[in-house]
Amino acid sequence: MPKVNLSHFEAALVFAFFTSIVLGVVTRRTDRERAVYALYSFGWFLLALFGLGWLMFLGHR
Amino acid sequence: MKEEKPREPAPPLSVWGPAVALGWLVPGGGHFLLKRYGRAMLLLFAVTGMFLFGLMMRGTLFQPYRTNDLLTTLIQYGGFIGNLASGILYLLAVWLGYAQPDVPGAVHDYGTKFLVAAGLLNVLAMVDAYEIAVGKKD
Repeated sequence: MPKVNLSHFEAALVFAFFTSIVLGVVTRRTDRERAVYALYSFGWFLLALFGLGWLMFLGHR
Repeated sequence: MKEEKPREPAPPLSVWGPAVALGWLVPGGGHFLLKRYGRAMLLLFAVTGMFLFGLMMRGTLFQPYRTNDLLTTLIQYGGFIGNLASGILYLLAVWLGYAQPDVPGAVHDYGTKFLVAAGLLNVLAMVDAYEIAVGKKD
């Protein structure tokens, strides 16, 4: 089994990617709605990631 | 006085049991059985991808054991249930010797979380397969 070393940011991106796919598949009723929700969910993950990142950066100044 | 609605009888096990059981064993399997092939492939890709990343990051698979510390016991049992929810992925990882001891490090810790999250995503997929099987969703 190959070993991967991901940074915090990369790990969070991979997590957000797979989770968004599943959330999109299970929460909506049409394919279009599912695709939109998956993108929407991924966008919120990214926003939270950058938001919390800045919060921690500013909190440590 | 408020009138109580009669409760709907629970759907028989034979309607949803096979889809949920297959959905547990193989991620997306329930959807595949219910002929939702596209969604089945997406679920298989996402849950397997999350699990494989967890293994490649050298995450730990939890063991159910009791300790004197309640929180540790809860974490071990909860993590074990989360791992077990991945179905064949968990069983193969254990049978083929990919279960690894807990080692310190941020990447390993993320890997452990990825392994549990894969199981939890599969639980969502199983609930979706149940709802499709009993006719609550298309």
